[in-house]
Amino acid sequence: MKQDSSGIKRPPLIKISERGDIKKSGAWAVRLGGLLVGLFVCGLIIFAMVKLNPIKVYAAMWEGAFGTSRRSWVTVRDVMMLLCVGIGLAPAFKMRFWNIGAEGQILVGGIATAAVMLYAGQGMPTWALLAIMFLVSAAAGAVWGLVPAFFKARFRTNETLFTLMMNYVAIQLTSYCVSLWENPFGSNSVGIINRATKLGWFPQVLGGQYVLNVIIVLSLTVIMYLYLKYSKHGYEIAVVGESERTAQYIGINVRRVTVRTMALSGAICGIAGFIAVSGASHTISTSTAGGRGFTAIIVAWLAKFNAFVMLLISLLLVFLEKGAMQIASQYDLNDYASGMIKGVLLFFILGSEFFVRYKIGIRKNKAPAEEEVPA
Amino acid sequence: MTQVIALLQASVVFGTVILFGAMGEILTEKSGQLNLGVPGIMYISGIAGLAGAFFYESASANPIAAVGLIISLLCAILASLLAGLIYSFLTISLRANQNVTGLTLTIFGSGLANLYGGIMNKMAGGVGQISVRTTSSAYRETFSFLDEVPLLSQLGFMVYAGVILALLMSYFYGKTRSGLNLRAVGENPATADAAGINVIKYKYYSACLGAVISGLGGLYYVMDYTAGTWSSDGGIEALGWLAVALVIFARWKPVNAIWGSFLFGFLSRMYLYIPGLTRSTIELFKMLPYLVTLLVLVIVSLKKSRLNEPPSALGLSYFREER
Repeated sequence: MKQDSSGIKRPPLIKISERGDIKKSGAWAVRLGGLLVGLFVCGLIIFAMVKLNPIKVYAAMWEGAFGTSRRSWVTVRDVMMLLCVGIGLAPAFKMRFWNIGAEGQILVGGIATAAVMLYAGQGMPTWALLAIMFLVSAAAGAVWGLVPAFFKARFRTNETLFTLMMNYVAIQLTSYCVSLWENPFGSNSVGIINRATKLGWFPQVLGGQYVLNVIIVLSLTVIMYLYLKYSKHGYEIAVVGESERTAQYIGINVRRVTVRTMALSGAICGIAGFIAVSGASHTISTSTAGGRGFTAIIVAWLAKFNAFVMLLISLLLVFLEKGAMQIASQYDLNDYASGMIKGVLLFFILGSEFFVRYKIGIRKNKAPAEEEVPA
Repeated sequence: MTQVIALLQASVVFGTVILFGAMGEILTEKSGQLNLGVPGIMYISGIAGLAGAFFYESASANPIAAVGLIISLLCAILASLLAGLIYSFLTISLRANQNVTGLTLTIFGSGLANLYGGIMNKMAGGVGQISVRTTSSAYRETFSFLDEVPLLSQLGFMVYAGVILALLMSYFYGKTRSGLNLRAVGENPATADAAGINVIKYKYYSACLGAVISGLGGLYYVMDYTAGTWSSDGGIEALGWLAVALVIFARWKPVNAIWGSFLFGFLSRMYLYIPGLTRSTIELFKMLPYLVTLLVLVIVSLKKSRLNEPPSALGLSYFREER
């Protein structure tokens, strides 16, 4: 506290205090405000770069994301992918377990799927093959999630750093598999797997190429919502997340919950890998996960594990990504513009959370100093 | 013998990139801030240094290496300072979650750097590859009095600067009042606050300075490791995460980071010198630094020694009125 010339202590110029009782609608209004400011700044940045009027920027972005029915479907596919990873991360984060390892869990799921596509599948009906790939990829992801969970539960090993390292082990494993399965030889890529037979590819359902992706991800979303909200497991996850001591006190086996939840989290991220390989790219490479594991962390965290909000944020991010790519290709820039734009928007959304939790009062010079109220 | 020396040299050059990255992150983490934006900061710093050197070299008819060096250094420091400020403002003043903010910074930094790297590659024309040969030569200038010493004869000044900085930091944390205050902030900000330490100031200083030091790793990568060129192959990002790994490996001690970084370099480059490896087994070899880090992480958590643990308040925001 600074003293002014008269020697009387004055309260600080800016006073930050917690909002006790912000209404839900008020909170979302603040968040929406942050989002709009962020979008405005993104528009300014694009304007500064390509001198395109900001309204036209967003028109061009809309064109990039939803301009043709093909583009719309790709947008939907990518939204589902991001949502799937977000759904996978939600239980872990609800338990306050920082699973930064989604990237790796997606990749091992993808590797498992690609392996099934390459080595198995001849003379098997499509549905059986898909079911096998689903299970195998979930198992691979679960293993990748189990390892850090085991060490966290046993020895309290830091999970943020452990899962982070597991990503790179998975990336190298992917590189290993890529050079193992290289096709054609010397291309350093696996190429489109089963291009001729389309074995193990998602079939067209209801006339759309990516309808099955939507069905799988949305059903996972609903199941996860019910699981977290109404099941005993979901309750245990919430208690462990709030306070491990309380959980122990009421007889929850914290170790078991940790390991079980991370296996589940990893399994769903593994399934995201299955969808990415079998339902979208039909190949495997180190960019199969493409940073979605990291982006989804932000999605899940910002949405406070609310599935519907997760869907909206995924949509927003994919829209920005596709839109920025469109502008980049129109103006002969590269696709990395989308990463920068996404980052700027996320900074604003993250910052707006502060104004949901706290209010700022500015000292009025004339008013007498308020009584300090101990927090 | 020459092979061994070549390997050691490659290890040191590789190690210096992550040594800077890790030292910056150690400084940041000492104040209780976990910054997962290290790869992003290294990207931003690297591209800023490259841009500074590029525009200087293309504007000047006879670019002077030393001037290019100073310009690129200033650009890199300024850019990483700004990145550090974004992170600090969001996490310290606005109390945003540190993990999420750091990851966002990495997404932002990698997008920004690769976008402008691509633009500059295009501006450079020709083969579509930017090259700031003159400035890079200043970074790779060796000390003439070391010409006779086998390993040291090929190393630029940044390698020595990194080692000296690590020693200085070690002294700072252990022997100076500010260093001890900083550690107090990282261990228990409420107690530090009660003792009259300005927690917010310490956090800001350490996160911003930490970003600058991490950023030097990105600059070194661009100027020395890739000799003043840019490619959007995600190389900096991989090394940035390795720097985060090195912090754990070094158990938050800068001196450990010195030999740790060279060991990581050794493990990462070893495959080049082992005969008879196929392309696929090389990829498995590249896993080694990460596996070693995992091993260290587990061992550290097994031995419950106070000295080996991260700062207790790592990753938590501090708000005086919520004590």
